[in-house]
Amino acid sequence: MITVKGLTKKYARTVAVDHISFEVEKGQIVGFLGPNGAGKTTTMRILTCFLPPSDGGASVAGFDVLEQPMEVKKRIGYLPEAPPVYPEMEVHEYLTFVGKLKGMSGKTLAARVGEVSERCAVADVSRKLIGKLSKGYRQRVGLAQAIIHNPDVLILDEPTAGLDPKQINETRDLIRSLAGDHTIILSTHILPEVEQTCERVIIINKGKLVATDTVQNLQARARGVESIVLEVEGRESALDPNTVQHRLETVSGVSRVVLKDKVQQRSIFEVESLKDRVIRGDLARAVVESGWNLNELRPAAMSLEEIFLQLTGAESTEPEAAPPAEEVVAQGESR
Amino acid sequence: MRNIWIICRKELQSYFVSPVAYLLLTMFALIFGYFYWNSVGYFNYVGLESQMRGQAFPMSVNEYVIRPLLSNISVIGLFFIPMITMRLFAEEKRQGTIELLATSPIRDLEIIIGKWLAALMLYAVLLAFTAVNFAFLFRYSNPDWKPLAIGYLGLLLQAGGLLAVGTFISTLTRNQIIAGAATFGVCLMLWVLEWVAGYETATWAKVLAYMSVITHFESFGKGVLDTKDAVYYLSVIFLGLFLTSRSLESLRWRS
Repeated sequence: MITVKGLTKKYARTVAVDHISFEVEKGQIVGFLGPNGAGKTTTMRILTCFLPPSDGGASVAGFDVLEQPMEVKKRIGYLPEAPPVYPEMEVHEYLTFVGKLKGMSGKTLAARVGEVSERCAVADVSRKLIGKLSKGYRQRVGLAQAIIHNPDVLILDEPTAGLDPKQINETRDLIRSLAGDHTIILSTHILPEVEQTCERVIIINKGKLVATDTVQNLQARARGVESIVLEVEGRESALDPNTVQHRLETVSGVSRVVLKDKVQQRSIFEVESLKDRVIRGDLARAVVESGWNLNELRPAAMSLEEIFLQLTGAESTEPEAAPPAEEVVAQGESR
Repeated sequence: MRNIWIICRKELQSYFVSPVAYLLLTMFALIFGYFYWNSVGYFNYVGLESQMRGQAFPMSVNEYVIRPLLSNISVIGLFFIPMITMRLFAEEKRQGTIELLATSPIRDLEIIIGKWLAALMLYAVLLAFTAVNFAFLFRYSNPDWKPLAIGYLGLLLQAGGLLAVGTFISTLTRNQIIAGAATFGVCLMLWVLEWVAGYETATWAKVLAYMSVITHFESFGKGVLDTKDAVYYLSVIFLGLFLTSRSLESLRWRS
C-alpha cells in the first residue's frame, strides 16, 4: 500500500530524512517511532504530498507522490500534529467543509459527517464552535476530519499527544477499530502506544532507519535470549525457594535463574535461556514433575522502551556504526 | 471551479462569523458617510453662492460630488485592503490548517483564487454600502449613472490588484500584523509613486508614475473606460496571484 524507497529530505543545512526505505501492507497498523526530531513528521509530510522529497521516492496505493499527487491526496487522510481545525467553525460545518475539499457532496457527505461524528465521539458537540472545544475534542475532530472520505491510507502524527489517559485509551481503541479497512501509519514517541496499537514498528533516529519489524520480533531479537518469568507454589507445604532454584538450574538450556520475589507460599523466578534455546516446555515439565504448582509462566517481555533506547541510544554514541543488535534489520548504512 | 467556490465560501464565512467583516463595514460606512456628507454640503454651499452672485453656472453632481467621492473611496480602500487580506494565508499558516488545504486534492491555484475572490467580494460589500449614499443623489437629483458604474468597475479592478498583492504578502509570514503592516506599506508606496510626476518629467519619473495605482484610476473616475488602465489593473491582479502561487510552492520546498 505504501512504498518508500531511498527517501531523503535535505533542508538548508541538515538532512532530516536519510535514505529511508520501508513498505507497509494493506490493512496494517504501523507505528512510526523515534525521538523528537528524528524525521517522523518530515516523512509523513512527504507521504501526504505536503513536502517534496529531495531524493528517492514514495508511492501510496501505487501512485507516486511527486508524479500523481492528486491521486495520492484523494486516498490519504492526514492528521498533522496539531489538528488542522478552524476555531471559528462549528464541528459539523468543519467536517462538511473538509468533506467537500476531498470531493464529496450532497447527501453522501451529510450522512458521512454524521457517521464519523458518531465514530469519533464528537456528535454531542457537533453544533459547537471548535474554538470552544477542549484539546481532546479538538483532537478527535481532527481524527474525524482525516477519515471523512474513507481514505485507503491514514497518516496520523502523534494522534494522542496532549490527551488525558481516558481519552488516550478511547483514541487508541478508535484507531484499532479503523484498521482492516484502512492502512494506518501513526507516529509517536510514546512506546506503550506502539505496543498496544501497532502490528509493526518502524524505528527511525536522526533521519535514519534503525529497525523495522513486528513488536514481538523486535523484542525477541533485541535480546537474543529468552527470558521467562515463573511463579511456583508448593502444593501442600511451604516450599524452599532454594530447592526450586536448584531444580530449575538443572533444566537444559537454562543459563541463569534469579529469585525475584517470595510471597507466602509462592516464589517468583526469572529464568534466562542460553542463546537461541527454547526452554519453556522443559521448565514447565520440571516444575510439575517435582510436584509443585505452576501458577504462571510467561515471557518476560523486554519493553519496547528498552529496545528503543538500545537501538537509538547506542547509535548516537557510535556514529556511522551499524545498529548494535546485529539481528535487527539494519539499514541506512549508505549515505 | 467547484473547489474555488468551496474555498471562497469558507473565507467569506470566516469574515462574517468573526467581527472582522462587521467592524470593517461599520468603519467604512462611517468614514465614507462623513466624506459624503461633506461633499454634498460643499456642493450645496457652492450652488447657493453661485446663485446669490446672480451668475448661476451649470453644476454637475457627477463632476462635483460623484467623481471626488469615487477617488475618496479608492483612498479609504487603501487603508482597508490590508485588513482584509492580512489573515488570508498568515492565519492558515499559524493554525496549521495550511497542511489540511495542501494535502487535500485541490490545486494551489484554486486555493489562491478562492481566497482572493472572497476578499474581493468583501470589498464589493463595502462598495455596496457606498451605493446607499449615492442612491440619495439619484433620489434628489438626476446624475448620469454610467460614470458611476464605470467608477465602481475601476474601484473593483484597483482593489483586485491591491488585494492580490496583499494575498501574496500574507503568504510570507504567519503573523497577521506583519502581513497587514507590510501590505499597507506596499499599497501606500504604489499610491504615492505618482507624486514624482508633479515635478519631474524624465523617463524614470514617468515609469514610476505609470506604476502608481492612482494614476490609472483617473480615467475610471471620469467615467471613461480606458483599456490601457484596465489592462494595468488586470496585470497587477495577475502578478499578485502569480507571486502568491510561487510563494506557496516555495513554502513547500523550504519549510
